Amino acid sequence: ALCPRYNGEIGDIVVGRITEVQQKRWKVETNSRLDSVLLLSSINLPGGELRRKSAEDELAMRDYLQEGDLISAEVQSIFSDGAVSLHTRSLKYGKLAQGVLVQVSPSLVKRQKTHFHDLPCGASVILGNNGFIWIYPTPEQKDDEAGGYTANLEPVPLSDREVISRLRNCIMALVTHKIMLFDTSILYCYEASLPHQIKDILKPEVTEEIVLEARQRLLDSEG
Amino acid sequence: MASVMLSEAEKLYIVHGVQEDLRVDGRGCEDYRCAEVETDVVSNTSGSARVKLVETDILVGIKAEMGTPKLEKPDEGYLEFFVDCSSNSPELEGRGGEELGTDIANTLYRVFSCENSVDLKSLCINPKEHCWVLYVDVLLLECGGNIFDAISIAVKAALFNTRIPKVRVLEDEEGTKEIELSDDPYDCIRLSVDEVPCIVTLSKIGYRHVVDATLQEEACSLASLLISVTSKGAITSMKKVGKGSLDPESIFEMMETGQRVGKSLHIALQKILDEEENLGTSRPKVGFLG
Repeated sequence: ALCPRYNGEIGDIVVGRITEVQQKRWKVETNSRLDSVLLLSSINLPGGELRRKSAEDELAMRDYLQEGDLISAEVQSIFSDGAVSLHTRSLKYGKLAQGVLVQVSPSLVKRQKTHFHDLPCGASVILGNNGFIWIYPTPEQKDDEAGGYTANLEPVPLSDREVISRLRNCIMALVTHKIMLFDTSILYCYEASLPHQIKDILKPEVTEEIVLEARQRLLDSEG
Repeated sequence: MASVMLSEAEKLYIVHGVQEDLRVDGRGCEDYRCAEVETDVVSNTSGSARVKLVETDILVGIKAEMGTPKLEKPDEGYLEFFVDCSSNSPELEGRGGEELGTDIANTLYRVFSCENSVDLKSLCINPKEHCWVLYVDVLLLECGGNIFDAISIAVKAALFNTRIPKVRVLEDEEGTKEIELSDDPYDCIRLSVDEVPCIVTLSKIGYRHVVDATLQEEACSLASLLISVTSKGAITSMKKVGKGSLDPESIFEMMETGQRVGKSLHIALQKILDEEENLGTSRPKVGFLG
């Protein structure tokens, strides 16, 4: 599918996948021209405290983040060659656990004040500026101790799964019709899709009908 | 095959979802994705078809050429398969895609090795001397998981669409044979595709198996079974792929699912092909611009 590359800007929220573990940093895939970089000094160690990164931490890098892991991070700075440097120095960023990743074009993600949304329909979503969208079950309680490294491996209940699958299909429907993605558009599309079965949302006729309804509601709310 | 990297948590989510019969896109374990089939997309072939299963895109072209029959089967024509994967991704360009291409071509040979799948005797012009050879070229345009199923659907649709010109063999007094092509361009023989099998791939994920796996689901599955099923539910060939092992019990279950799913796949495909046929030449062609 045709998908333009992401150009990093300082302060953007991105969702990325670890591709390599190097000496003092990780290489992260963010759909940019060059792989993004996550330095060891830019992460929060488990326990959430701030301590100097020692040689043991360097050797134990794979215990924190491995190849294939997904993270949410913020763009800290941009190297001279255009590669983006990320940081997860806040408790809301870190390794992502169970959920679904959707890859869309970066130009379809609207710039907003916050990109972390807990949708009223029962799931949460992270709209990465790089076009990587992460849909996951809303965590029960906010654990501030973990710092995001202990993944919850319990099976997700069926009701949450239905919400997540429906959201995923709605996002794909919006992308097919080139509608900007933000919390309101996704929510309107979700509500318009409720009369249909989840797997029918991707049928061309149903997609058109749902997106038309969502677009109409967006225009009405603006006007 | 092009594969995606997934985190352990993502794989766990997919496996648990399959256990509960709710996959990531809301499908059940036996549901196919929305498929688009279009025939007659390439004008200089005898038959062609394009199949699009959301992210998987396959183009098949069939050319009918005259050749000599094989020695062991002098009164039959034959099919030759060639698969090209080079347009898929940078790692499959050049020699990289050859392994995958030969793998797919060998699977197709095996699927069509069953005697009744295509009426090869109708492809014979002159026993021992002339016969029609159908060169089936498969192009893998985009790989989004489940390429074998998509390829078999495309091959069946292309065979349905193939028009082979009618020829007459004239023998004059000295005994030399001449082959005469009929003047009417619409005078041609069509192949019956009732017995052509379709491949159903069943991927084992956790304790259950799914039909039409996406790339992410294929990354979570250790073993898959490729079954070719005819429209009547008869299995013509079976192949196991993947590093994992399969229990004989699971193999029986997968075979039953394959037969069931295969039959409904054939019915749906035949319906689309007949609808397309009925629209005739006035059908608006979408091709690659739609």
